[in-house]
Amino acid sequence: MFAFFLTSGIFLGWSLGANDASNVFGTAVASRMIRFRTAAICCSIFVIIGAVISGAGASHTLGKLGAVNAVAGAFITAFSAALSVYLMTKAGFPVSTSQAIVGAIVGWNLFSGFPVETGALVKITMTWLICPILSGVIGIVLYRISARVITSFRVHMFTLDRYTRWSLLVAGIFGSYSLGANNIANVMGVFLPVAPFGPVTVAGITLSPAQLLFLIGGLAIALGVMTYSKRVMMTVGAGIVELSPVAACVVVWAHSIVLFLFSSQALEAFLRSHGLPTIPLVPVSSSQAVVGAVMGIGLLKNGIRSIKWKMVGGIAAGWVTTPVIAALVCFISLFFFQNVFQQTVYLPRKAEARVEQARPAGEINLLSQIPVSPSGEARYTLTHTK
Amino acid sequence: MFNIINRKTGIEEEINAFLDQVSQSGLLFRKGVRAFLEGKYPCFEKALADISDIEHRGDALKRSIIEHLHTKTLIPESRGDVLELLESMDSLLDRFKGALWRFEIERPGIDSAFTGDFSDLADGVVEAVEAMVSSCRAFFTDTAHVRDHLHKVSFWETECDQISVRLRTALFRKEGMRLSHRMHLSDLVRHMEKISDRAEDAADRMSVYVIKRSL
Repeated sequence: MFAFFLTSGIFLGWSLGANDASNVFGTAVASRMIRFRTAAICCSIFVIIGAVISGAGASHTLGKLGAVNAVAGAFITAFSAALSVYLMTKAGFPVSTSQAIVGAIVGWNLFSGFPVETGALVKITMTWLICPILSGVIGIVLYRISARVITSFRVHMFTLDRYTRWSLLVAGIFGSYSLGANNIANVMGVFLPVAPFGPVTVAGITLSPAQLLFLIGGLAIALGVMTYSKRVMMTVGAGIVELSPVAACVVVWAHSIVLFLFSSQALEAFLRSHGLPTIPLVPVSSSQAVVGAVMGIGLLKNGIRSIKWKMVGGIAAGWVTTPVIAALVCFISLFFFQNVFQQTVYLPRKAEARVEQARPAGEINLLSQIPVSPSGEARYTLTHTK
Repeated sequence: MFNIINRKTGIEEEINAFLDQVSQSGLLFRKGVRAFLEGKYPCFEKALADISDIEHRGDALKRSIIEHLHTKTLIPESRGDVLELLESMDSLLDRFKGALWRFEIERPGIDSAFTGDFSDLADGVVEAVEAMVSSCRAFFTDTAHVRDHLHKVSFWETECDQISVRLRTALFRKEGMRLSHRMHLSDLVRHMEKISDRAEDAADRMSVYVIKRSL
């Protein structure tokens, strides 16, 4: 039954792979600097690696917002996010999976009566605001450095072409890793508290239940990349290709760095150990990171006139409309699923506490498998039977 | 300033070699015209033979570069511009060869009163193309310095215009020449002058390519 309920997450992963791979390799493929096959293979491999190795950080923050405690509820939450993304894309609105899943989780919270963790919600929404701005700033800095180096070293056009290809490939690999690490929370985050897995050892490598779930999500993303991303890459990439190859490469780097910053637990631990302010580990929109970097470079080259305010307005509107629509869709779907199909979409608090007290040996606590940052509150007590 | 990243690939070498051919064709054109004006026909014929060889080599290099660009899908964003630039440069080479062959085929009778201006016109045309070759080399490595050469193309084109007007006016003012002779020489002058016009056209397009490539 769990496998059936997981299909909504797998579908979400597939659509994420089909859409967001274009932000990583779209430029390189659309400009024919890298072949689609090379891009798809690299992207698939590193998305999976990123998801399995570093997917926990952003998932942890998403879990803070609301730990969906019934498998049917998780199914509906992921399904609502996917449906909202589909509906908004169909209607021509810019949409982000990260924002849709957050809205859907809030919708589940509202339906189940669990309180919405305001602190986590504020942290997440602030990150959405910061993401494109940070990406723009990084884009400007990287572009200035690149332009200075190219001009000073008088790099020949064909040498630059060779370096740009390599840079696009490396940035794409880094971006794929970061995409897997950051966005796997959107795909599998809601299933973490309810997954019935135990640790699995494959070829001498032991995967925790959370990592196993991330592996499945990563494979779903890879499937999306392999089967459907080429068309999106050609469409989205062609828009970005209007920039010079160097600028396009900088955009991919800026996007990848931003996604990495918002998902790296190692960086967070490093900053914390040095007494520096940490970067919240939150799933962010890779499309908005790309748009932020493109605008940053446009601002640098052509001033304020180059900013497409309509696009900025669309992004800002998406911060509100996407979560609201996803929350609404999730709320209605939960009501429908609970009352028509008689499914348990959430466990009441008392039942949850009883399950916790009655937990026999051998049961696992999936969220405890996630490496929690030192400040992470131990609020994950949800358990289930193998 | 810093030129440490200087490992040239095959196509870079080929483009440099192609531009060398264009430059050499100009030098041979000048040598050939001077030899013709001074009546040194063996030297003129040698220049003619050399320029024909260079034109063949230039064509072979151009074909190889085009093939390389397409098969390896290099510089996708600038490929169109580079191909157009190569075509322009190749047409300059062809025009040098064509003009020299015109001297050979038509054997125009040039009065000693006009040889100075013919020689000056040949010099001006060659200088315009030389400046264009220099701007081409800069375009591939250092776009910031392309303009340093482009303005010279315009300068030499204007010079050639002035020489051409002066020379053709003198041709039609000179007493005792048949109209057919005047027309023949005037047409030859225009043929030579057009080389600098084409160089200026290429320079105009180059300035657009530079804007597109600017960082």
